[in-house]
Amino acid sequence: MSATTVHGHAAHAEHEHHDLGFIRTYVFSTDHKMIAKQFLFMGLFMLIIGGALALVVRWQLAWPETPVPGLGMILTETGGVIEPSHYNMAFTMHATIMIFFVVMPILAGAFGNFLIPLQIGARDMAFPTLNMLSFWTTFPAALIMIAGFFVPGGHAAAGWTSYTPLSSVAQYTGVNWGQNLWCISLFVMGVGSMMGSINYITTIINMRAPGMSLFRMPLALWSLFITAILLLLALPVLTSAAAMLLFDRTLGTNWFNPSQGGEPLLWQHLFWYFGHPEVYILILPAMGIASEILPVFCRKPIFGYHAMAFSMIGIAFLSWIVYGHHMFVSGMNPMLGLTFTITTMIIAVPSAIKTFNWLGTLWGGRITFPPPMLFALGFVSMFVIGGLSGIFMASTPVDIYIQDTYFIVAHIHYVVFGGSIMGAFAAIYFWFPKMFGRMTNNALGHVHFWLTIVAFNVTFFPMHIIGVGGQMRRIYNPMQYEFLQHQQHWNVIMTVGALVLGFSQILFAINFLMSIASGKKAPANPWNANTLEWLAESPPPHLNWGPRIPTVYRGPYEYSSPEGPEDWLPQDRLVVASSS
Amino acid sequence: MLNWWLPENVATFGDEIDWLFHLIYWITGITFVLVAVTFLAFLFLYRDRPGRRARYTHGSTPLEIAWTVTPTLILVVLTFLSLPAWSRIKMSMPQTDFVVQVRAKQFNWEFTYPGADGKFGTPDDKTFLDEMHVPTGKPVRINLGARDVIHSFFVPQFRFKQDAVPGREIAAWFEVRKPGKYEAPCAELCGFGHSGMKAWVFAHAGADYDTWAAENLKGEAAPAAAGAKPADATPADAKPADAKPVKTEEKAKR
Amino acid sequence: METTAATRAVTHILPGKVGVWWFLASEVMLFGGLIGSFIVSRLGSSGWSGEAAHLSVPVAAINTLVLLTSSMTMVMAFGAVEKGDPRGLRTYLFLTVLLGLTFLGIKAYEYSSEVAAGFTPVTGLFWSFYYTMTGLHALHVLAGIITNLALFVMARRGLRNQHRVELAGLYWHFVDIVWIFLFPLLYLT
Repeated sequence: MSATTVHGHAAHAEHEHHDLGFIRTYVFSTDHKMIAKQFLFMGLFMLIIGGALALVVRWQLAWPETPVPGLGMILTETGGVIEPSHYNMAFTMHATIMIFFVVMPILAGAFGNFLIPLQIGARDMAFPTLNMLSFWTTFPAALIMIAGFFVPGGHAAAGWTSYTPLSSVAQYTGVNWGQNLWCISLFVMGVGSMMGSINYITTIINMRAPGMSLFRMPLALWSLFITAILLLLALPVLTSAAAMLLFDRTLGTNWFNPSQGGEPLLWQHLFWYFGHPEVYILILPAMGIASEILPVFCRKPIFGYHAMAFSMIGIAFLSWIVYGHHMFVSGMNPMLGLTFTITTMIIAVPSAIKTFNWLGTLWGGRITFPPPMLFALGFVSMFVIGGLSGIFMASTPVDIYIQDTYFIVAHIHYVVFGGSIMGAFAAIYFWFPKMFGRMTNNALGHVHFWLTIVAFNVTFFPMHIIGVGGQMRRIYNPMQYEFLQHQQHWNVIMTVGALVLGFSQILFAINFLMSIASGKKAPANPWNANTLEWLAESPPPHLNWGPRIPTVYRGPYEYSSPEGPEDWLPQDRLVVASSS
Repeated sequence: MLNWWLPENVATFGDEIDWLFHLIYWITGITFVLVAVTFLAFLFLYRDRPGRRARYTHGSTPLEIAWTVTPTLILVVLTFLSLPAWSRIKMSMPQTDFVVQVRAKQFNWEFTYPGADGKFGTPDDKTFLDEMHVPTGKPVRINLGARDVIHSFFVPQFRFKQDAVPGREIAAWFEVRKPGKYEAPCAELCGFGHSGMKAWVFAHAGADYDTWAAENLKGEAAPAAAGAKPADATPADAKPADAKPVKTEEKAKR
Repeated sequence: METTAATRAVTHILPGKVGVWWFLASEVMLFGGLIGSFIVSRLGSSGWSGEAAHLSVPVAAINTLVLLTSSMTMVMAFGAVEKGDPRGLRTYLFLTVLLGLTFLGIKAYEYSSEVAAGFTPVTGLFWSFYYTMTGLHALHVLAGIITNLALFVMARRGLRNQHRVELAGLYWHFVDIVWIFLFPLLYLT
């Protein structure tokens, strides 16, 4: 296609857009920015559900078998007291919803969609209709998942890891259609994600603006690109495993049923082969986002751009060969334990490299602390803790003790909440002006940050302690065990922290919604940032750029460059230099 | 500080595990302190002040190499230090004549002793529910299995954990040094009765164990204090220790 | 593929082609999950070769030939596009669809005779794998047939986006290659 035909198409489409009507503009939109917002709203809504489930779990752990306030209306038979089977459902669905319907839609769905075309200087994704379909596949998947709460037998209750045969034989849990809907929902979600991934990968490969070489791409794009590849290759494995599980449950096959010749461990191998790349899918976009935000508020380039890009590639490669560390005591051949220890220890190296480079970015900077920066710094610090705790589990002998204790739960939450969710908050505060054309309330943002980070640590740090003390995961009442009774006070402290943490998010909700409605109008570039999205208006119009897409002359992090008079230098600014 | 939180270790290979635990604790602890101090120092030293200009640099290859090689070396060393312990614990079986068959089911642990003939599956086997007796100072081999779903035999004070998988029998071992009564919870979600599913392991010094064995393993199958049931109890009969009984047709949950 | 966005293909490869290649990568992982599980289960088990003896190798061999021929007609369809031969395009697309339907027909015949002999997806682990893997494959064949049929209909009206034939061809060859793996694994081991 020649350039003139292309621009002809663009201008023509611009006119067309005005006549699209409400449904095509807001519901079945093919504009990546609208689709991004759809994913964001869906993810934030599901965050409320996932968070509420967590509070139910925490209440039960702190005050076992006491009525949960507010649940008396739903659990009428028990007067609001959670039963063990409800409890199992609560933590299962908490994790399932958070992982698949909060973190993935917000980081990959919303920010992938929003940032990719804007940061590469494209007008939209390579396949806008496919993009629209990817949201309209994910959203029904969420509905299917929610439906599981309302069926007889309740929702899935075998853990988000759904080990067989507990999950494959209905009699063992008493759960019937709930687990089936769980399988179907993940199947559908997988299809939606794969559609999105194909779009992201093709767009980044093919549609970069003139001058935007791969190594002039913002690191957020690198992270989203690599995440999309991991998603594309890992999700189908979950899909086939979920199909096999569904068939075992509904058709009478016996892949995982040992009494009929099946192999329970097959599920674990398939699930974790998907599951370990999945957790890097959860963290990589947040890493990219932190790498985006830190340079802006340090007013200097990211330290070690190439190392940052290559370390993400390294993490992605290694993520396929570490999965056995989830199975060290599973009955898997112990020889494999040796190999997986080695690879698991090694995968800590790229994350360490990234941490040092973030520190290097701070070094010598001119640092300011608005809410996006606070959350980005929160991400870095909490991720360090989460990453370091992983080293304990990498050592197979130590993992013998730690496996299935709260030490693991601590690790999970430091990386997924302290890492991914803090990254998500940082991204929301940072790109809110661009997305919604308004500024958020600064004071509320600060309060939200401090409440969140303090309450977060009060809630999750003691999990390391009780985990070392031996408290197992997924138990309903620690007081049933003599060896745990002495540390029960930590459970109370953590629940208080969790309640504060949960309710602090109300501040965020207020800020978010109020600012959309009546926040101060945002300029195109409130942060004086260099990347291409800040060239467009806030919010960008349909097709993003005016008549011409930008041309790129330099990398994305040229802050405080001697080439220009200001401490920022946009990627598209042509500088008539006397020397190179 | 770790010792404040770790339950007392009374088993032989627990020493190796605890040693590694402490080593990693110090390495990660020192790393964390160094990183945190650097982090906070940078945030303070390089905060924005009037007239401040940021340092324009893209990085430093020597530093990249340094902070790639150093963690790699530390982690490789940690790996090599971990492998022998793993090999000893999970990949070898010490010579011993003391074997107990352990079967997990929803929601109990069954411990079967072979009896005088030393063979399992014969009429003189004795089975106990949720209660295991072992001598100290001698490796104990267990043949671990499960009757329904995956469970996990976890004895915190032995630093012992091994999943019990239906459809296969897994051999594992431990050796206890100190007599006492040790809790053994199930450590793999196994259903609504997972919480509270636990056994007690009683370790007796040599002579005391012989006394116990004489009273309990010979002659009639005497039910132990916790209440033994025949080994063929089905999952439907199992009553989890403190949880409420399940209703098989449960109303819709919200 | 047409989009309203500026399609300035940096790599000079059409976006649709890049998309289809990555899609096929995900399909490799999808079939790979099942095939990997099959291989591991097969290695760890005994007696499955007995089960496989109940499959009809000759019938499946014919089906293999059918599918291979359909790949050839697909190539020729694309050749017709490059030569600017609309009639050839329609002919070869039609033949590909026909051969694809033949494949499915033979597969249906196989399934019905196996079920009549008492071998259903729940008869045993081998059969669960067999039906799921070939069933998933058959669904993919069906999707390919529908795509090719749609292209055929479009070609009758004068196909504008002729590179779609190439993309459909890529997918069709992939479906063929999956069968080349399934046939020996299931029937010949």
